[in-house]
Amino acid sequence: MTRHVLVGSGIAALAAAESIRAAQPGASITLVSGEAHPFYSRPGLAYLLAGAIPERQLQVRSPAELAVLRLERLTDRAVQLRPGDREVLLGTGKRLSYDRLLLATGAGSIPADFAGADLTGVVTLDGLDDTRRLVAASKRCRRAVVIGGGSTALEIVEGLHARGVETHYLLRGDRYWARVLDPVESALVERRLESSGVMLHRRTGIARALGSEGRVAAVETRAGAILPCDLVCVATGVRPRVELARSGGLSVDRGIVVSEYLETSAPDVFAAGDVAQAYDPAAGRPVLDTLWSSAAAQGRVAGLNMSGQKTPYRKQVALNVTCLAGLVATVVGDVGGEDDPDLVTITRGQSEAWHLGVTAMSVVDQQGDGRIRLRLGERTIIGALILGNQTLSEPVQRLVADQTDITPIRATLLEHPEVLPSTLLRFYQDRGDQAA
Amino acid sequence: MHRAGALPTDGRRLSLLRRAVVASLPGRCVQCGICSYNCPVGIDVRAQARRAEPVLDARCLRCGACVARCPRGTLQLTELAVI
Repeated sequence: MTRHVLVGSGIAALAAAESIRAAQPGASITLVSGEAHPFYSRPGLAYLLAGAIPERQLQVRSPAELAVLRLERLTDRAVQLRPGDREVLLGTGKRLSYDRLLLATGAGSIPADFAGADLTGVVTLDGLDDTRRLVAASKRCRRAVVIGGGSTALEIVEGLHARGVETHYLLRGDRYWARVLDPVESALVERRLESSGVMLHRRTGIARALGSEGRVAAVETRAGAILPCDLVCVATGVRPRVELARSGGLSVDRGIVVSEYLETSAPDVFAAGDVAQAYDPAAGRPVLDTLWSSAAAQGRVAGLNMSGQKTPYRKQVALNVTCLAGLVATVVGDVGGEDDPDLVTITRGQSEAWHLGVTAMSVVDQQGDGRIRLRLGERTIIGALILGNQTLSEPVQRLVADQTDITPIRATLLEHPEVLPSTLLRFYQDRGDQAA
Repeated sequence: MHRAGALPTDGRRLSLLRRAVVASLPGRCVQCGICSYNCPVGIDVRAQARRAEPVLDARCLRCGACVARCPRGTLQLTELAVI
């Protein structure tokens, strides 16, 4: 009987467990995680924070679906990996032997680096426990300060604001999420935030947090102003949790380096999800991403390989859809972007494959708050950002993913961006008709 | 393809709704469950989205609540292909 050990309780570990159980009905599957919660949607925490759904709604599998998996779940911390002995040492001192091991330890928030970061009320947001604490804190909080970038920072800003907290969002640079958005897109999001009542402060940051009796009471900004507050939220990016892999001497770059079969440098040890650094065909090198769809796909493929069904992992075009100040935003492929002083690393729901440093022509169509930005390569659309109206979202997603040759409409797009939507839609529909 | 907010309001609306079905786009769903939570008749829309299957449940009212509430543009009211 093959003994599978999975470390982690995110979607990568769950997807791996489902693959393994389908392939090997008799295998034993042990899942170790510091979290004891039922499997939940990590991206969905944003909606729990905003009060849009109750906590139980986040559970991604029914009890019946979980029963079929026959998992042995251990609430413990995996602290050391010994690949030579094929065992994992747990925080409680227990040793866990494995035939196949999956490291799906995810990524964790970068802690605050300013003085006073150890005060109660200075928080980061990773999992359900953090979200519960933040929701509880928001009930007695009058004013919050948020720093960081990308979707996580904004989800915290919008979540706290929705709960009636006076929310101050401090940006180091001139604009929001320069890593992904262009200046017009940033301005669109910022204007909506400000008109909803969020206080934006540009070209500043936290110099230090000030407290009394161990609790945060204010921040001193880099500009020297004192901003009284009860809560400080830090979302400056996430880093793969690679400590366990390192303890076993595995090959680690920014994440755990994996082969196309998601195997690490140690035999029979696999990695999947935010912690894995997997080869990206568009980038031509291994990249990190923190996308739910990638983690699920990697977990599925890792589970197959662990069960002896050799299956290569083919990374799909990097896609995420998120909600920015009430506007749905689809980000697909290489969208360019600039350095972002608000982010130390990537944020959750982001991919390094969005920024490959390729020079490309951009064409834009904007109607009110709806905006489409295409990045055109020589023959293909290499990336796109669609904000607001999502009518063209699916066509663009497919054209980028399929690397469709857009030569017939490229000149029209460049010379007549005002007819971008109709040109693109007609081209997409004609293409579909030809395929059918 | 018709988004919920873009449904015509004239006579075409009824004939469109008769043939409409809630379907999900690939790669977008993060299983947050907002769709299921907002379904007035209790259909587990999320489970359908996970399996990339359209909602063929006879109870579906085609009301578009799940489509409108999905924060990631995963769901669409689409026309069911006539066989």
